[in-house]
Amino acid sequence: MKPNAIRIDPEDNVAMALEDIKKGETIDISEEMSITAITDIPFSHKVAIKEIRAGSDIVKFGEIIGEAKEDLKVGDWIHTHNIIIDEEQL
Amino acid sequence: MRTFMGYERPDGSAGIRNHVAVIPSVSCANGVVAQIAKAVPDVVPLYHANGCGRGGSDLLLHNLTLQNLCKNPNIAAVLVIGLGCEVINSQGLTLAISLTKKPVENLIIQQEGGSQKTAAKGIAIARRFVEETGKIKKKPVPIEMLKIGLECGGSDAFSGITANPSVGILSDWIVENGGTTILTETTEMIGTSHILERRAKNQEIAGRIRTIISEQEKKTHEVLGPLAKAVVAPGNMDGGLSSIREKSLGCIIKAGSKPISQVIEYAETPAEKGVIIMDGPGYDTDSMTGLAAAGCQLIVFTTGRGNPIGFPVVPVIKVASTTKMFKNMEDDMDINAGAILEGRSIQEIGEELIAKTEKVISGEQTKAEINEQNGILCMYTRNTSF
Repeated sequence: MKPNAIRIDPEDNVAMALEDIKKGETIDISEEMSITAITDIPFSHKVAIKEIRAGSDIVKFGEIIGEAKEDLKVGDWIHTHNIIIDEEQL
Repeated sequence: MRTFMGYERPDGSAGIRNHVAVIPSVSCANGVVAQIAKAVPDVVPLYHANGCGRGGSDLLLHNLTLQNLCKNPNIAAVLVIGLGCEVINSQGLTLAISLTKKPVENLIIQQEGGSQKTAAKGIAIARRFVEETGKIKKKPVPIEMLKIGLECGGSDAFSGITANPSVGILSDWIVENGGTTILTETTEMIGTSHILERRAKNQEIAGRIRTIISEQEKKTHEVLGPLAKAVVAPGNMDGGLSSIREKSLGCIIKAGSKPISQVIEYAETPAEKGVIIMDGPGYDTDSMTGLAAAGCQLIVFTTGRGNPIGFPVVPVIKVASTTKMFKNMEDDMDINAGAILEGRSIQEIGEELIAKTEKVISGEQTKAEINEQNGILCMYTRNTSF
């Protein structure tokens, strides 16, 4: 089966959409898991695959790419609007 | 101990190819090199555009680049063609190469009495080198003798999630077997300094990583001005990348997860094994020359848009990021990491790449070799010529 999202590292709490995914549609991440989109997820954007509390780390490539600005649910679209990037740490 | 069938060199290194190289010490000698290569098609001409007209740090850098390139273990013997009045003199270059104890000879056009006389002598030397080096037999060589250069060029939105993570699996495998991988293109490390520093084997290496990345960030702003945003700002937000760190993580993942054991300058020979960072430009062709000069016997090159370029004495394995591009340019691509988007795992494609690498280091030709994608050597240059 062709997945419509991909998780890069087993530690990641986000996956990347491989096509435009509409709210309510199923997201298949390889053969590992299946979740439901609770917002629209644009092609090549990130989607939360675990609950992420406000202030918790967002992990992609097994590394921290930012912090959640608000509580994020499984199936939420993640982008600059809900990530806090600590530029000082770059 | 895992081995491959390679060529042992007198300096203790081992090549995966057995080339006779003919190199000009200065661009003015390219014509004679071309005559020799035409008469003796088994040699590899190393055409380049440098050797004179530069001063200071570039002169030292180009000298080091040419010397170390000729010391690359894939080269069995070298013929150096000099002009006679150039700044990088060919006797010095020849002497440096001779320290490896590989066969090396030198002809100087102004001393031999012009192009035709130099070419005639050069053809005789080249034929002799081809015959002599043809007698070198392959032997089992441990993987730990291997240095692999990691390169990405013509990247797309998928390079960081398919092709580059697959290369990361290869990098980990090489290091687990005692070998070396070299990550370069400092521009593409901007935003990941603290992550790479954490992987450094000691504080000194961490400090060097911090320095080269911050210097490169400054330089990118100086050179590109307002356009620097395309490189050092979050890039294409529409593409879903939320920060520069996220973009760069997709590049540095080529170097897998092992500790970083040294930071080297462009074209410098590493003293350590394991994961090495070479400070260098993001321009692919400059970068590959630096990797070859650092002693890499193989380069693994990921590409999204589809870049066919190879390197004259170093095989280049091309890893495509999407099936669409792989199919479109199948004659140039060795591995299709795009299959990850259709359900194959990163681990599976990584293992496919390891299997391909094992074949190539024992002699199987890459697509870039079959296509003779050799081109001209490009070299990192800091200032203009005078």
